[in-house]
Amino acid sequence: MKLTLKIWRQADPQAKGETVTYPVNDISPDMSFLEMMDVLNEELVNKGEEPVAFDHDCREGICGMCSMYINGEAHGPDRGITTCQLHMRKFKDGDTIYIEPWRAKAFPVIKDLVVDRNSFDRIMEAGGFVSVNTSGNTQDANAIPIPKEDADEAFDAATCIGCGACVASCKNSSAMLFVSAKVSQLALLPQGKVEAKRRVLNMVEQMDKEGFGNCTNTGACEVECPKGISLSNIARMNREYLSASLTAKD
Amino acid sequence: MSQLNSKIPEGPLDKKWTNHKNNINLVNPANKRLIDVIVIGTGLAGGSAAASLAEMGYNVKAFCFQDSPRRAHSIAAQGGINAAKNYQNDGDSTYRLFYDTIKGGDYRSREANVYRLAEVSANIIDQCVAQGVPFAREYGGLLDNRSFGGVQVSRTFYAKGQTGQQLLLGAYSAMSRQIGKGKIKMYNRHEMQELVVVDGKARGIIARDLVTGELERHSAHAVVIASGGYGNVFFLSTNAMGSNVTAAWKIHRKGAYFANPCFTQIHPTCIPVSGDHQSKLTLMSESLRNDGRIWVPKKQEDAEAVRAGTLKPTQISEEDRDYYLERRYPAFGNLVPRDVASRAAKERCDAGFGVNKTGEAVFLDFSSAIERYGREKANVEGIENPSKDKVMALGKAVVEAKYGNLFQMYEKIVDDNPYETPMMIYPAVHYTMGGVWVDYNLMTTIQGCYAIGEANFSDHGANRLGASALMQGLADGYFVLPYTIGDYLADDIRTGAISTDSPEFDEAEKLVKDRIDHFMNNNGSKTVDHFHKRLGKIMWNQVGMARNEQGLKQAIEEIRTLRDEFWKDVRVPGSPDGLNPELEKAGRVADFLELGELMALDALERSESCGGHFREEAQTEEGEALRNDEDFTFVSAWEYTGDPGKANLHKEDLVFDNVELKTRSYK
Ligand SMILES: Cc1cc2nc3c(=O)[nH]c(=O)nc-3n(C[C@H](O)[C@H](O)[C@H](O)COP(=O)(O)OP(=O)(O)OC[C@H]3O[C@@H](n4cnc5c(N)ncnc54)[C@H](O)[C@@H]3O)c2cc1C
Ligand code: SF4
Ligand code: FES
Repeated sequence: MKLTLKIWRQADPQAKGETVTYPVNDISPDMSFLEMMDVLNEELVNKGEEPVAFDHDCREGICGMCSMYINGEAHGPDRGITTCQLHMRKFKDGDTIYIEPWRAKAFPVIKDLVVDRNSFDRIMEAGGFVSVNTSGNTQDANAIPIPKEDADEAFDAATCIGCGACVASCKNSSAMLFVSAKVSQLALLPQGKVEAKRRVLNMVEQMDKEGFGNCTNTGACEVECPKGISLSNIARMNREYLSASLTAKD
Repeated sequence: MSQLNSKIPEGPLDKKWTNHKNNINLVNPANKRLIDVIVIGTGLAGGSAAASLAEMGYNVKAFCFQDSPRRAHSIAAQGGINAAKNYQNDGDSTYRLFYDTIKGGDYRSREANVYRLAEVSANIIDQCVAQGVPFAREYGGLLDNRSFGGVQVSRTFYAKGQTGQQLLLGAYSAMSRQIGKGKIKMYNRHEMQELVVVDGKARGIIARDLVTGELERHSAHAVVIASGGYGNVFFLSTNAMGSNVTAAWKIHRKGAYFANPCFTQIHPTCIPVSGDHQSKLTLMSESLRNDGRIWVPKKQEDAEAVRAGTLKPTQISEEDRDYYLERRYPAFGNLVPRDVASRAAKERCDAGFGVNKTGEAVFLDFSSAIERYGREKANVEGIENPSKDKVMALGKAVVEAKYGNLFQMYEKIVDDNPYETPMMIYPAVHYTMGGVWVDYNLMTTIQGCYAIGEANFSDHGANRLGASALMQGLADGYFVLPYTIGDYLADDIRTGAISTDSPEFDEAEKLVKDRIDHFMNNNGSKTVDHFHKRLGKIMWNQVGMARNEQGLKQAIEEIRTLRDEFWKDVRVPGSPDGLNPELEKAGRVADFLELGELMALDALERSESCGGHFREEAQTEEGEALRNDEDFTFVSAWEYTGDPGKANLHKEDLVFDNVELKTRSYK
């Protein structure tokens, strides 16, 4: 296939940035999107130009590193996958493809398609954990049976890969889907319930501090989320938050 | 140069660890605050170590090259984690896990280390559940298990096909808690480039901030390397793109011996290579072998027709299928260990029975499992005389609940529906048993420098059993290193902060700077990937699934030539003062080009076959591996001498007091 790529290039966080056009040829439909980017980059290096910087690592949809906004959609046109799992067979010969970084105030661009998502880490540091030491003196793993349904639901929420597509897809740049996934996972398990109130208050406070927007229930996040994290997590978090704020002592 | 002393404690096997813990030096809580520890890597090993050390009171500085500790390569582990809990009451015990691991490793690992691993395994599951790791459960609310290759009990705990992710997020949350408290200082997007050794002790590192390009000096009283495995020396592997040997290789060059580098694991069930553009290979978890049956056509003409696309696998009748693992190894069938399964696939494909376009693939078929589960489910639901379609639909739902994400992953890559037609798989490089040599305390041959997780060599011998890497990473990080490091640090409570203003730091930084300058000013004509791919070809063809003397000697020559060419002709664009992925890759490939030669040398030296290391000269008439215990019951520990091809070999003899060395048979 022959394609025309229109890619966001930005030398550093301060630079203005612009869209640059690159033609690519000989793209096989079996290539992944990132392998297509490899082909472009190899060509650029051979021409003595700087390759396009983008984040990626596992290339199998689990590390959450890859993050391209392709033709106006986070992770591109396919559903339930990350950029690295997108394959060129989803495109046609002659297509023009627009590639941009995630856009959000809380995700500043570092270079080209690479953004800084450490705001997510800071939200986690504010409360995304169970306060238990790793001493090995915990009780037996089977001491507290957990209904399979709860365990499965917690698991589903826990599969969030922290990619940020939800934020990039949201017109308000809200991080509610990401935060609510963690809050839900821990709120559903007996181990996490103990400090559930503190957790939700602290995580939401940090989320606001980072400059993420509000949730207006548009649901774009759920559509673009590669892991199918459900909006019901946001509803659960809202309930948790409300009840925690009502009973908060400090 | 230090002597090889494995420091295995005295006493009976099952008392060694307890006795050792009771006898080693401790650092009191007030003094821990005076001590800094650097941890390179935030995977299961590094993440759990950093969190535990910080909880104990040490000041931890943790480093990873990704943008967040949560993205370490451990996240990709799919199938599960072993622990001798015996929840299934199927006769499992610490001893059995120990024995399976020793046997699975083909008697090339240390008894004491492996026993300790089995001993602490149960704790790991308790710990992870307490952290909120959502393992799979049964309807009664208790934890579920599955079985993995090479064993006959069900001791593998799992979270669908995302076990590594869930465990790593557990460790990451423990880290996050300590980062929030200020006990861990996290350095994301930083790459360790050099180790700093002062008076024979590891005292710090030089790291490059990958965003600004700045070289930074960091000092500490001990340095822990948890940088993962080196499978990417083959270019194509199931490892993440950034996985590398740099941290381990840098300490090797500074005096840490590198053990058993030739012990690499080729995983039998990966999605086959589809073309030259391929950048990495994707694993299909071994857990699939619980339910999938592996086969190729019995008749050559059928195989040819399948390759040509004129015959569908579903059109081949039962009698015309060769379930070669069930045929050759009736006792273990599709659940033979990885090395055995991989070689058997290669054998069938080399003999002309391979099934995809390239002829390098075999089928992994779920139709029997779907049918079996469907019937069970129909029984449970009280459906009498269900139609075949109904059975298959019910069965598919069960299989989807078990392996849904893996099937989806397969479908996205191959564009084929594995519920309807068998998957195609082929072996691929997956894991490296070899690594930095460590003693019982996990210390390398450099004082105060430790190696944990896949980066060390210690527990898996010549072949790792499935679901044991996650176990080892977390055992090292949560339960072993936090104790053993105290024994060394106890002598350091009066040392005070280590200055970074010293000739040793100057020298280390200069080394890094010179190397970067070389790359930036080289004006070569070929990309880093060009060299990496060529290295990968040499490694796969000559130092891969089957090795022989002539091929290995040739590989050594070819790698040396390639290395020279790389330094003369590699082209790195852009600037060193900012994010520059090509520069990062160049540094990593430079180290792979040295490691590759050492791997070939090690494979040449070990003229026996054992575990994942198969020397064609050493096989039985039936083509099974032939171990040579008389001459090779040792760990090869290589000392760097300035030229990887002239490394000095030290041997650590392996002593087996508790198990009898047997021919590993899975028949
Ligand atoms: C696809 C796949 C599936 C697997 N499935 C299973 C399974 O089901 N069960 C099982 O037991 N095992 C499995 N394994 C093996 C297991 O996942 C790994 O062996 C294990 O996770 C390694 O953990 P680690 O902590 O040692 O290293 P990693 O998780 O690889 O972490 C390495 C860390 O080091 C950092 N790092 C590396 N170099 C540098 C440097 N120079 N400077 C700074 N930081 C650096 C990285 O950023 C990263 O944080 C699987 C492996 C693969 C590839
Ligand atoms: S909720 Fe979905 S889109 Fe958002 S970070 Fe998690 S996986 Fe990505
Ligand atoms: S590169 Fe890991 S999710 Fe895409």
